[in-house]
Amino acid sequence: MATLIINGTPRDIEVDPDTPLLWVIREQIGLTGTKYGCGVAACGACTIHIDGVATRSCALPVSAVEPDQQITTIEGLSPDSSHPVQQAWLALDVPQCGYCQAGMIMAAAGLLMQNPNPADEDINAEITNICRCGTYNRVRAAIKLAAKAGEATQRG
Amino acid sequence: MNATISLSRRSFIIGVAATAGGLSLGFNVPFIKPALAEGSEAAPEINAWVVIRPDDTVVIRIARSEMGQGTLTGLAQLVAEELNCDWSKVTTEYPSPAQNLARDRVWGNFSTGGSRGIRESHEYVRIGGAVAREMLIAAAAAEWGVPASECTARMGMVTHAASDRATFYGQLAAAAARMTPPANVTLKDPKDWTIAGKPLPRLDTADKLNGSQIYGTDLKLPNMLNAAIRACPYFGGKVESFDAAAVAGMPGVRTVVQVDETAVAVVADTWWRAKTALDALPIVWDEGPNRQVTSASIAAMLEEGLGANDAFVGARQGDAGAVLSAAGRTVTATYAFPYQNHATMEPMNATALYTPERCEVWVPTQNGEASLAAAAEAAGLPVQQCEVHKIHLGGGFGRRGNFQDYVRQAVSIARQVPGTPVKLVWSREEDMLHGAYHPTTRCRLTGALDADGNLTALHMRISGQSILAAVRPQGMQNGMDPVVFQGLVLSGTEGTLGYTVDNLLVDHAMRNPPIPPGFWRGVNLNQNALYVECFMDELAHAAGVDPLAFRRKLMAKHPKHLAVLEAVAERIGWDNPPAAGVHRGLAQIMGFGSYVAAAAEVSVTDGQLRIHRIVAATDPGHVVNPAQVERQVEGSFVYGLSACIYGECTVNGGRMEQENFDSYEVLRMAEMPEVETIILPSGGFWGGVGEPTIAVAAPAVLNAIFAATGKRIRTLPLKNHDLS
Ligand code: FES
Ligand code: FES
Repeated sequence: MATLIINGTPRDIEVDPDTPLLWVIREQIGLTGTKYGCGVAACGACTIHIDGVATRSCALPVSAVEPDQQITTIEGLSPDSSHPVQQAWLALDVPQCGYCQAGMIMAAAGLLMQNPNPADEDINAEITNICRCGTYNRVRAAIKLAAKAGEATQRG
Repeated sequence: MNATISLSRRSFIIGVAATAGGLSLGFNVPFIKPALAEGSEAAPEINAWVVIRPDDTVVIRIARSEMGQGTLTGLAQLVAEELNCDWSKVTTEYPSPAQNLARDRVWGNFSTGGSRGIRESHEYVRIGGAVAREMLIAAAAAEWGVPASECTARMGMVTHAASDRATFYGQLAAAAARMTPPANVTLKDPKDWTIAGKPLPRLDTADKLNGSQIYGTDLKLPNMLNAAIRACPYFGGKVESFDAAAVAGMPGVRTVVQVDETAVAVVADTWWRAKTALDALPIVWDEGPNRQVTSASIAAMLEEGLGANDAFVGARQGDAGAVLSAAGRTVTATYAFPYQNHATMEPMNATALYTPERCEVWVPTQNGEASLAAAAEAAGLPVQQCEVHKIHLGGGFGRRGNFQDYVRQAVSIARQVPGTPVKLVWSREEDMLHGAYHPTTRCRLTGALDADGNLTALHMRISGQSILAAVRPQGMQNGMDPVVFQGLVLSGTEGTLGYTVDNLLVDHAMRNPPIPPGFWRGVNLNQNALYVECFMDELAHAAGVDPLAFRRKLMAKHPKHLAVLEAVAERIGWDNPPAAGVHRGLAQIMGFGSYVAAAAEVSVTDGQLRIHRIVAATDPGHVVNPAQVERQVEGSFVYGLSACIYGECTVNGGRMEQENFDSYEVLRMAEMPEVETIILPSGGFWGGVGEPTIAVAAPAVLNAIFAATGKRIRTLPLKNHDLS
């Protein structure tokens, strides 16, 4: 009925057009790394990328996604957790319970794509995801670490 | 000092209904039980705690639940330390609650709350590791025909130096499992630790970086259906009627069921379809007896308790009443702490599969045994015919321990579709409306100051809700809830008041509004620290004395309380003036067996609060993983500051008003201050880590706000106050 490109693969889905993209990803595609936290675009747990832009998928009807748009979920950010953001997260052992972390990582990766060297104010403005375990300071440090790694790659 | 523990003398006391005081566990039963062949790989179980596979992988069994607090890694470190294994080969697994029951509770208590994960089980898990090590050595010695005393175990290998022989644990495991466990083992002195006590990375990080960590909400089982639920939003209300036919034809809907007296659930092929149908389902509520209850009516109820004659006494020294009434100078203030929701990021959920013979539940739980009991009760089956599979938690904070409402609901739904697994996931709205809320209390404090500004008497009258009365009445003592006085009592190891006041009375007028209370990370320490530490600041101000100097005078007999306070004061530079526009506040308390303190630096510009920096100190006695302690302390300030600045569930018309994060705001990145953690383990006791520092967050910040603005904020949250 409709086709979505998710993590580079076109997927046919049969679903009510009002269904939020989050639930299509979780229940039709079966990729559960993207989380439900609020359903009202207030927490960021459901953050994915659409054409590289970090987007909250819980309040976005699937019908609003164009067939040629590239959807990337946490599972597709890299094939082997090698994305600089994932590597920085690993180096600093960021997650606690981890439930918010897929959204955090996707938001951070989105930010770095737009702004490879974000200042604290940029991080404050862009990373508004909720973490109840309280990993914020490590998230901030890991974003900076990933930015540094990205810089090194570009120079290298 | 090495502790030698005799394994035969200790008795194993089973306490199924563990109370707040915990239960004692001995060590003879676990290790003389015959080992079981485990799992599909049938790798040998050396004892209940340790399984070693032929490839040298060491599987350490973890009875407590991992919910982000790092206890899984910490407990594994303790076992591995005594086992002398290769840490890089360690993995973990949860034994199931039914296995625990079937094996006479060989793993002890599964309950994970009260910051007890490590402090209550460190001894028996270390013994588990040490016993396994000795059995591995014995197996090698027997194979080589040499005395065990000549063999050593290191890095997952047993060596006999004299004959230059060595074997990896994986080769020895099968023989070791058949060895008789030693009668005595000697635990290492923590100063000799090489795995425990070190800031090792967590064992559970990798899967949280790529979406592969499975939470309860992510579970998939063959033929599984999904359920969305709505319980009566009015406390004490129930379902009157609902019109299932109105949604029966909606896409994906399989059935609409009543769940106990209080809730209705839609079962569908997907959760989104279940929720969509539920939103369309006409439900009539019997609103119950509490429609008139509001935050204001609750406040009035508590206010009355502040002046009531009858109260339970939690701490008494001298005669506070007499000294206060005769005092030339008294200071009085009234504080209040509102309802809070745990708001774990993963909403409550459970998956159940029921047949008339058996019930299985998959659930993120802080207490697998409580989940099992709830499942059996809801299924109407003997507990032996039930099983609970523990799943990694997306946050717990106390919500997923005592309260197994979601398990009962899931089983109740599954009973109505027997043979088919059903996954019940609460919406955020459901989670907000059906919490086990941090209780609300108020406190009136009256202190007497003599002519020299010394505190001669103090009366703390707490009025408000008891958690135990509602959820664990067996823990009450002659009608009194002892947990109400966390951090304020005069003796014990859990949390004593850090001040000597010659005439002291701390009492509690219990007033229980019809709102379900629960253990919320930090529990009653949160408000008690707020009350006593903000009031100490008020007294210091009234006496015209520096808040640190004022406290010091009262703390001479409390050196551990004082040590953490001095540590944060020194690190924040208390004796030197802060930067222009920046102001400081202090707080200390003892709770969950640990001594904690915080210093805050804030500025208030045009009414806008900015928290620049927090310095926190904790003395938990021993530290198993300093990196995890640091993360817990850091995270605890997010929780504590969220409550301080935003947290408030308000009651109107007998129900909560906040339904989601748009009205229940929490701290986010932009407001998060720098947190520096000082870890000061003084040894000799084991304190908790996950909770105590939450309690000093709010008072340190409020005292700093007073320094900045001259305004005393005595009711949380700050968002309700104008700081300009
Ligand atoms: S679930 Fe989408 S923002 Fe919270
Ligand atoms: S790591 Fe638990 S909510 Fe962020």
